[in-house]
Amino acid sequence: MEKKLIPDKDYRIPSSCGLAGIMSQDGKLFSGEAIIKSIATMHERSNGLGGGFAGYGIYPQFKDFWCFHLLYDNEEAKRTTEEYLKLDYEIEDDEAIPTRKVANVQPRHILWRYFLKPEIYPVRNSRIVTVGTEQYRQNEGTLKISNGVNTDKNEEDFIVETVMYINKQIDGAFVVSSGKNMGIFKGVGYPEDIGRFYRLEEYEGYLWTAHGRFPTNTVGWWGGAHPFGILDWSVVHNGEISSYGINQRYLLNFEYDCTLYTDTEVMAYLFDLLYRKHNLDFEIVAKILSAPFWDEIERMPEKEKEFYLSLRMIYGSALVNGPFAVVVANSTSMVGLNDRIKLRPLVAARKDDFLYLASEESAIREVCPAPDKVWSPKAGEPVIGKLKNKSLL
Amino acid sequence: MAKPKVASEFIVERDEEKCITCQVCCRMCSNDVHTYDSETDKVNSDSTKCVGCHFCETFCPTGALIIRRNPSELKLNTNWTARVITEITKQAETGGVLLTGMGCDKPYPVYFDHLLLNASQVTNPSIDPLREPMELRTYLGRKPDHLEIPNYKLQITNELRTTNYKLQTKIYPQLKLETPILFSAMSYGSISLNACKSLARAAEEAGTLYNTGEGGLHKDLYKYGTNTIVQVASGRFGVHKEYLDAGAAIEIKIGQGAKPGIGGHLPGEKVSEEISETRMIPVGTDALSPAPHHDIYSIEDLKQLIFALKEATRYKKPVGVKIAAVHNVAPIASGIVRAGADFVAIDGIRGGTGAAPMVIRDNVGIPIELAIAVVDQRLREEGIRNQASLVAGGGIRNSADVIKAIALGADAVYIATAALVALGCHLCQKCYTGKCNWGIATQDPYLTKRLNPEIGTRRLVNLLRAWSMEIKEMLGGMGINAIESLRGNREQLRGVGLSDSDLKLLGIKPAGEAW
Repeated sequence: MEKKLIPDKDYRIPSSCGLAGIMSQDGKLFSGEAIIKSIATMHERSNGLGGGFAGYGIYPQFKDFWCFHLLYDNEEAKRTTEEYLKLDYEIEDDEAIPTRKVANVQPRHILWRYFLKPEIYPVRNSRIVTVGTEQYRQNEGTLKISNGVNTDKNEEDFIVETVMYINKQIDGAFVVSSGKNMGIFKGVGYPEDIGRFYRLEEYEGYLWTAHGRFPTNTVGWWGGAHPFGILDWSVVHNGEISSYGINQRYLLNFEYDCTLYTDTEVMAYLFDLLYRKHNLDFEIVAKILSAPFWDEIERMPEKEKEFYLSLRMIYGSALVNGPFAVVVANSTSMVGLNDRIKLRPLVAARKDDFLYLASEESAIREVCPAPDKVWSPKAGEPVIGKLKNKSLL
Repeated sequence: MAKPKVASEFIVERDEEKCITCQVCCRMCSNDVHTYDSETDKVNSDSTKCVGCHFCETFCPTGALIIRRNPSELKLNTNWTARVITEITKQAETGGVLLTGMGCDKPYPVYFDHLLLNASQVTNPSIDPLREPMELRTYLGRKPDHLEIPNYKLQITNELRTTNYKLQTKIYPQLKLETPILFSAMSYGSISLNACKSLARAAEEAGTLYNTGEGGLHKDLYKYGTNTIVQVASGRFGVHKEYLDAGAAIEIKIGQGAKPGIGGHLPGEKVSEEISETRMIPVGTDALSPAPHHDIYSIEDLKQLIFALKEATRYKKPVGVKIAAVHNVAPIASGIVRAGADFVAIDGIRGGTGAAPMVIRDNVGIPIELAIAVVDQRLREEGIRNQASLVAGGGIRNSADVIKAIALGADAVYIATAALVALGCHLCQKCYTGKCNWGIATQDPYLTKRLNPEIGTRRLVNLLRAWSMEIKEMLGGMGINAIESLRGNREQLRGVGLSDSDLKLLGIKPAGEAW
């Protein structure tokens, strides 16, 4: 029972929850204390079966390294994973993720973090190699990244591959997060207890998100908590996606294999596909995931009408239908978004360069009593915070 | 010798007490079942001629007529049924191929009846279509993989700028449907002009399209061009520049669910002056559509025709290909998409016809449900699903069938039999005789004037409206407010009473299994 990573992995469970996010667009670093306090006010929105946080800018000394947060069931899984990592990566540093004892949190896993640089990566996808006049397909082999400075955009795809491999193939190992200068901390318990357990008040970051979970089943597995992370994406999500069946099949077209059966995973991959691979702005991603209604489109000026019409025609299978509120973050941005008829709560506030997002206004007021502006974003209208200080990256 | 006789299929029962000898039935029946005997001042009925269209029964002013199946009972036999014996008897008499009309009526499994839909409970609110928007609009045609839009990722601002975006991707021509239901191909010739007019006007009013079939386009129907799919079939009847330009889309017909691999035959007696003009053939000559297109003997030939038609219409309209659902349907569909088709129409074994050899209709092809599932899956596996839309037809009976077809992976459905039923058809399966009492499958002016295109239009629009409302109710129940979120969303389907291999082919879980 303890060793099997079964429950969340094998079927999809709808869950409701509370979520929060705080970002300094100027890149001011602040401790995790604020986000713990913010999510703690929404204690009633979770049921003690999952809480988690994502912090950005928390590892400035390792900002050029990919930071993997791992969750192991046992020493053997750790050993296997490390052997696997060493094949492709240089491990700059690794250590146990510091924790403290907290009454309501029962640790179940070995929690470890690695700072990695892909040294050599195998060419997993076949490539066409030209020798003389002959062309042939090369499937295997390795490729060295020159001088550790890698500008090849495929590095990210390679990280994704590594994460997918570990999560799928190594029994008892799960990659919780895999971005640069960021990390995800999650577990089974109320979010405020999980925050204290991971000693988040000791970290400083410019962007924090948090999640308290109310799943409709019971889980013993910490990987099932949120945020969900891939690369530097983190997603906290409150909702159930009725279009899951088609979203997941659409993603499969682009080689995203939804293995965790969670709606949050689908959301993360959709953001990765549309923002990173299709190179669309968040504004547009939002209009794909929560598309405006045909009625609204009909009323738009001609040019805009054509634009939105095309967006809906081409990205219809990426429309996320069903109730949701989501806060998605990466190293440079934090985005809050609701479904197209706003069936889940989301409140936003700004104060100076700070952007706040939460399921309830109380969670914002708790840490920012007098915001410049508080509003309830309309259905399908994204709230976007962008990092102005790029030196942090 | 004593020759066996085909037993009459129906018995006409006349309640003599109710009959007022008005002779309406005599004037109505094109099969001459009812005759008036002035000597006895009585109306007599010859049941052997009755086809079971129920026209007389419907219009008898005193309700004196009832049409029953012939209760005469043969010795029970599972193999040598009455139907088998009748068929053999007919063939022994005539030495001919047995003809029939409408779709396969054999009791093959109807997979739609083994699919169950989902609904929201607690974790996900259902949506009330009377209060919230519920969208059925569908666009058919080739779609690019993604859109090229210049981004503003490097700019920092808190303002939304969606108004500034410009598309850099060329969008292919699309067909806009307000509801994902089109009228399937029925030619002028196989059905009457009044039936064609009803379909065209209904398509216009409901924001969808009808299909000319291989009958050309009658001059009175050109004005409905934006709601017309013009068909190019193996006989090329009525195909010319204006015809191609008139429609919103072009469909190359390769096959039909009721008679895969078989051509068509419109008997010369149906080729009237107007049909002759529309089809561009002499009056009274048989219109023979060959089994294959004689310029398409391979997929590369099909590609040439697709592009010839695109060239002819200057790439302004989608060009699709219609095939019958056969065993190899998935790879064939894939080839068609790669050959450049903007939509693929697939017609299942239960698809209707105006005339087909019975043995073909009843034994060739596969059910549409399986065809949709395997084609959609195959196109996705090959990463080309976005390159063409999928229109499924052949036995779509109600809104539940429509929504299930879409959840399996179709973009839209074609209906024809259901549309004819809305116009009065009682599926007597005698379309090929040209004696349709309902004025649908006939060219006899005495019969066609029974179908009033105004009323026909109204009934068809009503049918589409009713189905659309039901689809909205079902969608809302699932917590979905746009049809595209259901398309190919097989998680919303569960199978009941199906084998493992059926479930696998359909790509669905058995009823009772959670996510």
